[in-house]
Amino acid sequence: MPETARTAGGAAPAGGAAGAGDTAAKSTTGATIELENLTKRYPGSRDAAVDSVNMEIKAGELVVFVGPSGCGKSTTLKMINRLIEPSGGRIRIGGEDVTDMDPVKLRRKVGYAIQSSGLFPHMTVAQNIALVPRMVGWPKARTTARVEEMLDLVGLDPGEFQGRYPRQLSGGQQQRVGVARALAADPPVLLMDEPFGAVDPITRDHLQDELIRLQHELHKTIVFVTHDFDEAIKLGDRIAVLREHSHIAQFDTPEAILTNPADDFVSGFVGAGAALKRLNLSRVRDVEIRDYPTVTVDDPLQEIFGKLRSSGTNEILLLDKRRRPYKWLRRGDLMRAKGSLARAGTLVHDTVTRDGTLRDALEAVLTDNSGRVPVTGRRGEYTGVVDMETLMNSVHELLEADRLEAMEHQHELREARAHQTQFEQEGVDGGEAKA
Amino acid sequence: MNFWQYLSSRHEQLLTDAYQHASAVFQCMVVATVIGVLIGVVTYRSDWAGNLATTTTSAILTIPSLAMIGLLIPIVGLGVPPTVIALTLYGLLPIVRNSIVGLRGVDPSLVDAARGIGMSRAARLLRVELPLAWPPILTGIRIATQMLMGIAAIAAYASGPGLGNEIFRGISSLGSKNALNQVLAGTVGIIILALLFDAGYVLLGRLTIPRGIRA
Repeated sequence: MPETARTAGGAAPAGGAAGAGDTAAKSTTGATIELENLTKRYPGSRDAAVDSVNMEIKAGELVVFVGPSGCGKSTTLKMINRLIEPSGGRIRIGGEDVTDMDPVKLRRKVGYAIQSSGLFPHMTVAQNIALVPRMVGWPKARTTARVEEMLDLVGLDPGEFQGRYPRQLSGGQQQRVGVARALAADPPVLLMDEPFGAVDPITRDHLQDELIRLQHELHKTIVFVTHDFDEAIKLGDRIAVLREHSHIAQFDTPEAILTNPADDFVSGFVGAGAALKRLNLSRVRDVEIRDYPTVTVDDPLQEIFGKLRSSGTNEILLLDKRRRPYKWLRRGDLMRAKGSLARAGTLVHDTVTRDGTLRDALEAVLTDNSGRVPVTGRRGEYTGVVDMETLMNSVHELLEADRLEAMEHQHELREARAHQTQFEQEGVDGGEAKA
Repeated sequence: MNFWQYLSSRHEQLLTDAYQHASAVFQCMVVATVIGVLIGVVTYRSDWAGNLATTTTSAILTIPSLAMIGLLIPIVGLGVPPTVIALTLYGLLPIVRNSIVGLRGVDPSLVDAARGIGMSRAARLLRVELPLAWPPILTGIRIATQMLMGIAAIAAYASGPGLGNEIFRGISSLGSKNALNQVLAGTVGIIILALLFDAGYVLLGRLTIPRGIRA
């Protein structure tokens, strides 16, 4: 067994040199996390802080715990790496029961990132990141290579940042290093406790995007705690809305929670504008992208006139030499501009890509005079348009589909719960009969 | 005989005394630091133990040094032993107090982070808590050294080593022609030693406090 470990150790730096894409494929991907009746009771208080949480988190999934302050979401998270020892229940990671294993060993296999980064101010960035690899006994060369790789991964230039101390970094950079440190020893599981709580909104937005990108590359199992529901929607594959004592009010996809909140507590937490928030979750590629009559600046004027007349629409889209949306041309525009394309029409001031959210698209449609927005491909070239009508129809369909799915899911849950209750009652009866 | 003539005629004796004085203070400081930090490490996490340690060591400090040495002589005899014991005990207070304050002052979220990434209790203490508490501890050591420089002079009363001998000789022969020179030489010598030690601590601080937490 140690033999294999050594071989793996020798292979890794080579992978690091070969490039991030390569290592992402090689790195450990997520493991499942199962919480079974997980309970925390503090001495001297009657109610449990965390009361019998049951949860199954799939490998490679990003699950967000969201809830009001004091609901026990952080306590639940900290029981997963046993920073807080559970008073009851089991924790299994990757099928292995870790409830009784040495907590120090457990924590080296579970990445941990916290609010305001938790970097050690007396160590350089490189020393901070190297901590866990050194503790688990990686050879020096491998650790050094790994530090550079991790800095690359979180978008910081290794040459510039390695030797810096945390106080020489901005809040956002510190947070990135915090994530790099948490991932340094390539743990299958990453726990994040309100990691972006202490940075300004713009930086937070960037960090969230980065995390999504990272997760796309690494496929770790991530448990993320926040009290910001919008953050939860943006990041989570599934969201667990927790109420007091860490009772799970709803554990489902963001779509389902937005369109069909399980109860008043959840809908209160979702807040106003659920339909608008829902738009953030769908991409332009999910809706119908229509064709639209276009001409290019190289076309002869005659042809442009012809298209305008025959298109049956009020305006057509003028593309530039590289087929990027350039101007909206109306019927009278060319006349008024005396046949000069340079002066005619109104500039296209907003486009969306197929990866853009429907919310972006709606924003663009609302601000554009023509009530539609061109959709562009990878190099900015025209691929179609989305208009108000399409958006409305698609959103209605989406919401309807969500609602049906969520209702079905809830129905299943209710059945399962009924089944469990019945089972438990029978269990109690059995126990009493024996006694 | 003026002061300078006195110095040049007695410089050998004075240098020996100064060396012994410095050496006694230095050795006692090393012992006091080790014991003081240990007491700090053992007690900082519990409220009552930390307070007990601070109160006890400050109680020791209120005993007049002459009385302390006087009390020690019947137990351990004359010479070096009472000097070392007294100096070490007096040196404890600033070190114990600053160790406790320093260790308690470490940001709890950093300790949490250290636990979270899988540091053992010992690693946490040695690699996170003590390095972060080191600047206040070093300040405690500095204060203790300044104090011991003066207190060490009293050690001559118990026939201990150091510049105190010079001062006591002068005091006991007040009125003679060299009395004032002797007291002056002893006192100035102690001040110079104290300044030299302080410079040493500044240098030590530059060398041992990581750049990331240097003020």
